Amino acid sequence: MDDRVVLRIGTKFLTPFILIFALYVQFHGDYGPGGGFQAGVILAAAFVLYALVFGLGKAIEVLPPQAAYICGALGVMIFLGVGYVSMVLGGEFLNYNVLAPDPANGQHYGIIGVELGVLVTVFGVMVALFYAFAGRRRIDP
Amino acid sequence: MSDGVLMTEIVVVVLLVLLAVAGMAVIRTRNLFAAVMLAGIYSLVSAGLFVVMDAVDVAFTEAAVGAGISTVLLLGTLALVGHKETTPKRKPILPLFVVLVTGGILVYGTSQMPPFGHVDNPANHHVAPHYLEESEHEIHIPNVVTSVLASYRGYDTLGETAVVFAAMVGVLLLLARGPLPHRVFHAGRWITVRPGETREELEEEIREGGPVGAEAMPRGDEVARGPDPADQEGEHG
Repeated sequence: MDDRVVLRIGTKFLTPFILIFALYVQFHGDYGPGGGFQAGVILAAAFVLYALVFGLGKAIEVLPPQAAYICGALGVMIFLGVGYVSMVLGGEFLNYNVLAPDPANGQHYGIIGVELGVLVTVFGVMVALFYAFAGRRRIDP
Repeated sequence: MSDGVLMTEIVVVVLLVLLAVAGMAVIRTRNLFAAVMLAGIYSLVSAGLFVVMDAVDVAFTEAAVGAGISTVLLLGTLALVGHKETTPKRKPILPLFVVLVTGGILVYGTSQMPPFGHVDNPANHHVAPHYLEESEHEIHIPNVVTSVLASYRGYDTLGETAVVFAAMVGVLLLLARGPLPHRVFHAGRWITVRPGETREELEEEIREGGPVGAEAMPRGDEVARGPDPADQEGEHG
């Protein structure tokens, strides 16, 4: 652990950029390639890299598995929530036109909402899967 | 223009050859570590292929999931199962036959497919023209892929998000570390878990081989009078 200086410093240096890149992919999805799914995976990759270099224990201190499980469920609820809000406001399920007085703004709000839901779910699920795989250790008989 | 088309053709052929080479190498190697790395390279090359086909969103996902997260998960699995594949005892003649027949049928099926990217293809005549022409006015965002995914086909994306969530639930049911049972069965004997004992302490105990709470107990006896040992079998790995 201690002799991998380049790896540790490199990871510390890269992690904030990976996080920012995930946010860029998320919010630039309207204009270029990207969106919630890719951003969620990249966000999770930052935590996976951290866990690979500094150990699973350190990563769990930053983001406990329970938080990842909650994220996995929360994203689906955000997505459903956008659908129900558009129903309450008088439109069909997931019809974003009614979310704002101007349909153009409504579409923007709706897409930002559902992309956020996808981001949160994919992030939570990817981290939870990694924890589940990495958390098991081999005990030789 | 024709130079550009020729370049694209060359790039596609090179990428497809690389895909075939990586696929063959994954099959041939007995070193699972190399196989995982080659699978990651396979994903990265397919991502390149998707870029050539102008499907940048798909390429992005393939590079992030296929080459990134899947490789890490497979490496995590290798840490548990070791990196040597055992040589099969029999020649896999029947699997080879099944694979060849299925592959032959698939190749035959592609002969009926419309040419890639052609204007007259059915895919370009149903709802696609509407999405391409009207999404700018209806959705007001430039990336048509995002407007189709998030708005026109919002139901589909909701379903996909739910599938991702369901995948997590499934994996956690199989692999997650819940609370310890009262006893674990490991290497032919039952080991009692002391109250308040952590998993790390238990593993330490097993590794040292002289556990305080070990009971040499035949399994049949346990089945007759105690809880079902199958409940605890999953915990010994």
